[in-house]
Amino acid sequence: MKAFANLYARLDATRSSNAKLAAMQDYLLATAPEDAAWAVYFLSGGRPRQLVPSKLLRELTLTVSNLPQWLFEESYQAVGDLAETMMLLLPKSPHTPDESLTVWVEKQLLPLRGLPAEVLMAQLLPLLNQLDQQSQLVGIKLITGSFRVGVSRLLVTRALGLVSGIDAKQIAQRLVGYTDISARPTAADYLKLIAPINEELGERNDGQPYPFFLAHPLQAATDAFDGLIGSSDNWLVEWKWDGIRSQLVKRNGQLWVWSRGEELITDRFPELNVLADYLPDGTVIDGEIVVWQHQYMEAATSLSETDSQAIAVGVQPFALLQQRIGRKTLTAKILHDIPVVILAYDLLEWHGQDSREQRQSVRRAQLEKVVAQCNQPQLQLSTLLTGVNWQDLNLQRAASRSLGVEGMMLKRKDAQYGVGRTKDVGVWWKWKIDPYSVDAVLIYAQTGHGRRAGLYTDYTFAVWDAADNEAERKLVPFAKAYSGLTDVEMREVDAVIRKTTVEKFGPVRSVTPTLVFELGFEGIALSSRHKSGIAVRFPRMLRWRKDKPISEADTLETLKDLLPQTSRGAKNGDAKVGGSQ
Amino acid sequence: MELIVARPEGLYCPPGDFYIDPWRQVERAVITHGHGDHARTGHAHYLAAAPSEGILRKRLGANIDLLSLEYGQKINHHGVTLSLHPAGHVLGSAQVRLEYKGEVWVASGDYKVEDDGTCAPFESVPCHTFITESTFGLPIYQWQPQNEIFADINQWWQSNADNNRASVLFCYAFGKAQRLLSGLNPDIGPIIVHGAVEPLNRVYREAGVNLPHTQYVSDIQDMAQIRKSIVLAPPSTQGTSWMKRFGDYSDAFASGWMQLRGARRRRGVDRGFVMSDHADWPGLQTAIMATGAERVFVTHGQVHTMVRWLNEQGLDAQGFNTEYGEEAAEAEANLPSQTEPSIEAKSTDMNSLKAFD
Ligand SMILES: [Zn+2]
Ligand SMILES: [Zn+2]
Repeated sequence: MKAFANLYARLDATRSSNAKLAAMQDYLLATAPEDAAWAVYFLSGGRPRQLVPSKLLRELTLTVSNLPQWLFEESYQAVGDLAETMMLLLPKSPHTPDESLTVWVEKQLLPLRGLPAEVLMAQLLPLLNQLDQQSQLVGIKLITGSFRVGVSRLLVTRALGLVSGIDAKQIAQRLVGYTDISARPTAADYLKLIAPINEELGERNDGQPYPFFLAHPLQAATDAFDGLIGSSDNWLVEWKWDGIRSQLVKRNGQLWVWSRGEELITDRFPELNVLADYLPDGTVIDGEIVVWQHQYMEAATSLSETDSQAIAVGVQPFALLQQRIGRKTLTAKILHDIPVVILAYDLLEWHGQDSREQRQSVRRAQLEKVVAQCNQPQLQLSTLLTGVNWQDLNLQRAASRSLGVEGMMLKRKDAQYGVGRTKDVGVWWKWKIDPYSVDAVLIYAQTGHGRRAGLYTDYTFAVWDAADNEAERKLVPFAKAYSGLTDVEMREVDAVIRKTTVEKFGPVRSVTPTLVFELGFEGIALSSRHKSGIAVRFPRMLRWRKDKPISEADTLETLKDLLPQTSRGAKNGDAKVGGSQ
Repeated sequence: MELIVARPEGLYCPPGDFYIDPWRQVERAVITHGHGDHARTGHAHYLAAAPSEGILRKRLGANIDLLSLEYGQKINHHGVTLSLHPAGHVLGSAQVRLEYKGEVWVASGDYKVEDDGTCAPFESVPCHTFITESTFGLPIYQWQPQNEIFADINQWWQSNADNNRASVLFCYAFGKAQRLLSGLNPDIGPIIVHGAVEPLNRVYREAGVNLPHTQYVSDIQDMAQIRKSIVLAPPSTQGTSWMKRFGDYSDAFASGWMQLRGARRRRGVDRGFVMSDHADWPGLQTAIMATGAERVFVTHGQVHTMVRWLNEQGLDAQGFNTEYGEEAAEAEANLPSQTEPSIEAKSTDMNSLKAFD
């Protein structure tokens, strides 16, 4: 337990990925496999179901510390983390017993689950009292299921890669299912993770994706394009889809789906699995996973490949995809209401042959054949756009918002498929539209977490529900944002919030509106779940409009004008797909 | 009779016609200690504890009109008997005891109850009305004994030195730096101090406080020696080019605010050592109760929290009504951009006052 608590402290103390990698490597090399098994489980996001309700933990802390409820709440707000607050208020031992992480998890913590409240109240304190501060914090975090320490699953796979000398992507494949909620990782499981590749057992680099080729932003006046990148004739042009960039890998009868972060996401998209039956072994496709509207899915085969309008209409807002990604379990209802397809735009391997050095146009022609042969609605082509010149394409690009895409992608016809952001074997440009922006008023503030704990850094923004000349107009909240300010600005805003507080509700304060910010966001959709009837995507503060009084902030009307044509026409005022006939 | 009231200029004693730690220029100022937010320039007459004379003259000017009192020595001014008593905060820090017509008030300034060995330890002064700070007035703030913290610091330094990495310890130049110095183990390696720290070391040494040998980085030519060293520097040097000369160093920050992980991460240092010159929650409780006061005024830090808590404990507590912010988090928020508090600060903004620890 102590060693794991020390690892936690090391990971917690640094923001450098290399330092985190080194800390994990040191721990994994020094610890017993059974403990490493649990450590990897927790670090890569595994959580047993909550062992003790947090309400009971609060009660316990109140009883033991003998504090009034309000003072506990104030303390909690200053700290910003329940486990840490408890750790600071509970008695602790100067030393932690030598029992291992495994003993603690399996013998002490997991058995707590389901115990009656009285028993827990009696058992928990002696249990936690044995631990020193650092171990107590970790112990409580394991109990509350809130163990998080700023390492991604990807970083854990890299650490395991370093420890075992095996490619991290191979580790990622082995990690599939490792953190399932019912999993109880054992020493054997861990040793399997880091074992040498065993070809006799048929384990080869089966599911390995290729490094993704990344696009560069193109920011220039359209008139300058010919001079900068030549005639539009030399380029393949597509929409820039707003989904999850992914590679489909089909080998040895099995299908793997990888995200651009080289995270294995096969489990997240079970409807793509059918493609395993229709794609030949040795096929790797690069494309974008998007949510697709039902009726088009059924009619998909009849769509002409060049009918870009129709294809784009089938794509649903990213917000829906996000809802789906957010779910722990994919219910039948979600799969029905939010179905996905992959829009294919490149072919990296065909019949087991790496095709990345072929020209873009050649790969594209082959891709079109592959998609046609596969003939499944889950695999669609990302359509090519045609225009007589850049100006013409720019005119078409103006439709991006209403089509729910982020602009266009330009791929040189003779480009190879490079590695990462290289430009030496060809180039992809992203020709994006500008982000949306409105001027909004800060009306609520909440204290942040982690680095921002104790500071008011998370804000709710509102716009007016009527124009300036209406006598009684109100501010309607529509977005929350916490990024975009410098540390100095954050402190300045924090001070204003404290001075203009009207009411406190838990960690949230309402303020007398005085602050106006220019908010940028990437997408906007109708939503019945929000008071304003609007949901925006990736809202962030672009700038603090110190020059603007709140009366000059934007209105709901301005915001609604930004909605894509398609959703503005929707009758039920909700962008959900489920209701389509 | 109110012996102390809050005025726009600062805390004021009506019968005695003088101020305590005023933030605007006044005729007569009693100064509790030399931190920049309590001791400001431009007053006509100063009164302070004798051990703080060196600091005050260094920071406010050698020629200020200063009357210094030994701890416990009484003077009478307009019928008010005034004496100064150790506050245990920094060298020369004092609580101000006022007695008038049988009524006793004590204004504590900043205080700490643990004896740290670099200044006269806190003395509990019985009174009817006590004016307390509340910088760390939440139960989450409970300090370890200082010998344990020194052990941690020396261990951190030792392990860096073993790996030939300099150890940079950020701390406030006056008070905290000298207290840290007093606990360092000079056998581990050279002790380097920033130019803002050394003059204050001199004042401490002249006052008879035993500090280990310190050097400027320019005194050391051998990079190997620098890699074994510990460096005490004010927080304002973090991220500046001055740090470059230490190569690949490990850094840490010593402050009571380091108690919270959020604050530690915000600081962006490798280690946070929880060491404060202010009383922790239990310290505040003990100090307040020990005075026997029935009325308590809370001046800065967690004012609302402390007032509510004390009222629930049966005392008559209130905040001194100031125009300033109210919470410790705010002070912490101001820490990173704050350099060593400047005595030139003309601002009446409590934010800058509260940047102290
Ligand atoms: Zn002070
Ligand atoms: Zn102070």
